[in-house]
Amino acid sequence: MSQDVTTTELLTVLAARELAGRRIVFAGHGLPTLAVSLAQLTCTPDIEIVYESGVTGAHPTDLPTSISDSMLVTGAEGVLTMPQVFGYMIQGQRIDVGFLGAAQIDRHGSLNSTMIGGSYQRPQHRLPGSGGAIEVMAHAREVFVVMRRHTPETLVEELDFVTSPAPDRRGPAGRGEATGRGVTRLITPLGILSKLDGELTLSSVNRGVEVDSVRAATGWPLAVSAGMEDTEPPTAEELHLLREVLDPRRIYLR
Amino acid sequence: MAQSRVMPLREAIAAYVHPGMTVALEGFGHLVPMAAAQEIIRQQITKLTICRMSCDMMIDQMIAAGCVRTLISSFIANSSGGSLHELRRALEGRGGVAAITLEEYSHGGMVARYVAGAAKLPFYPIRSYDGGDLATVNDSIRQVTDPYSGTPVSVVPPLNPDVSIIHAQRADGRGNVQAWGILGVQQETAFAGRRVLVTVEEIVGDDVIRGDPNRTIVPSQVVDAVAVCPFGAYPASVQGYYERDDAFFREWSEMGRAEGAVGRWVDEYVRGTADHAQYLARIGAERLDRVRVDEALSRPVNYGRRRRRPATAGAAQDGTAPR
Repeated sequence: MSQDVTTTELLTVLAARELAGRRIVFAGHGLPTLAVSLAQLTCTPDIEIVYESGVTGAHPTDLPTSISDSMLVTGAEGVLTMPQVFGYMIQGQRIDVGFLGAAQIDRHGSLNSTMIGGSYQRPQHRLPGSGGAIEVMAHAREVFVVMRRHTPETLVEELDFVTSPAPDRRGPAGRGEATGRGVTRLITPLGILSKLDGELTLSSVNRGVEVDSVRAATGWPLAVSAGMEDTEPPTAEELHLLREVLDPRRIYLR
Repeated sequence: MAQSRVMPLREAIAAYVHPGMTVALEGFGHLVPMAAAQEIIRQQITKLTICRMSCDMMIDQMIAAGCVRTLISSFIANSSGGSLHELRRALEGRGGVAAITLEEYSHGGMVARYVAGAAKLPFYPIRSYDGGDLATVNDSIRQVTDPYSGTPVSVVPPLNPDVSIIHAQRADGRGNVQAWGILGVQQETAFAGRRVLVTVEEIVGDDVIRGDPNRTIVPSQVVDAVAVCPFGAYPASVQGYYERDDAFFREWSEMGRAEGAVGRWVDEYVRGTADHAQYLARIGAERLDRVRVDEALSRPVNYGRRRRRPATAGAAQDGTAPR
């Protein structure tokens, strides 16, 4: 069965397992939403999502196609305005785990979602920018990053632009300003990197992946955790829940 | 007789939006003032500074139409539907698209700017900017010393647009605006604006508004004009009226890859139509029908009404009634 597992399914299952014991998750639609739903059915029934659009306690009748999907609001437990989401929920330190995406990440877990190549004023590739990522990085207790590509171009020694700074970059103001621990998990098709002594360290490899190939795919000299283990591949039960219960129409699992 | 602020969209835009102004168009994936933005394009109002937290194809269209000089924003992709290619070309200096200036924040920073603008504060502290590169490329993000703890804290300036434009489900003729669903930063945007223009799906009677006053997000006192625009947020959603046209968002990002395509679309659908009604006709009734929704009514809440008690002569005389 495991050879049929797609990258999206693998990443979703790994992310869901890492959510064990966490309660309030800030997530966008897509893979993180699916991971939270799977975690709810498997390891952590009390988990809840706060969407960036302000929806809390959503009970959608179908998978939402965007965080602003009006279907998320119908039947939800609450809807917050933006000052409430960014002021009270995020800066107010109510989020346990925030999911963030990025084009580049460095060993400390700083993220770039702004631009690649050229200069800020004249970038080669302009990306969407922060959105709420800077606030989530600063104030969520932990940040999980899921990256679909694990290459020296995505896990880099130096970011082209520091959109969301890791705690190690915070100056005197930042130490007073922000309390989040930054990225504690980086989940990729090759394995999981966990924050150890301030640095993202290989803590498990996915089945069939050699540690050396993870090193070669990483843009910084990758440290390997002493307790490094092989990732348990997705179980039949996890795959059944994903495919038949959570996303039978394969909206996210495409 | 209460003053009516209702006017056709064309007149409202002509009266309040002028070249060179700073104009906020807010709505977080929902209640997006798309019709108003397209009327700005029809009237060819240029050199604008556009404020919009989370961009979408509205910004691609306004850039292709040559309306935008500066964009103040915190997210410049097409909602969750992909890239905004015209905007990217303007920033990457490709494809013959005139360059624009981007003044960039995070969502939290944009919200803070509107809150400060609404409350007429000199700046607003935000505890997340230290250590990142954004403050190094945006001179408006600064630090002050917290007078209580003595530690530095990042601050952003107030945002007071010349005109703030929002879309809502309904308003009465005086301009009391009611909205529900995802409310984003619309209330702060309206209060921050020097002028406030609101488009609505429908105008309702004063009794409807007064039957549920907590639903009012912007009171008439701060509203200058109300224009009726059914499907005024399309292809974004309006809770209880229509869903987002997801395919439109995906198709937009695909279409925008080709140089000149966004401009041609604007020529055909916006400049090539006399008004919003004609624009909708060009989109087609069949397509609009696909996003209509079924009813999911809330239960009315009880606001209470003072009980009418018969006047009792004894109550006043025994000295126990409060004065």
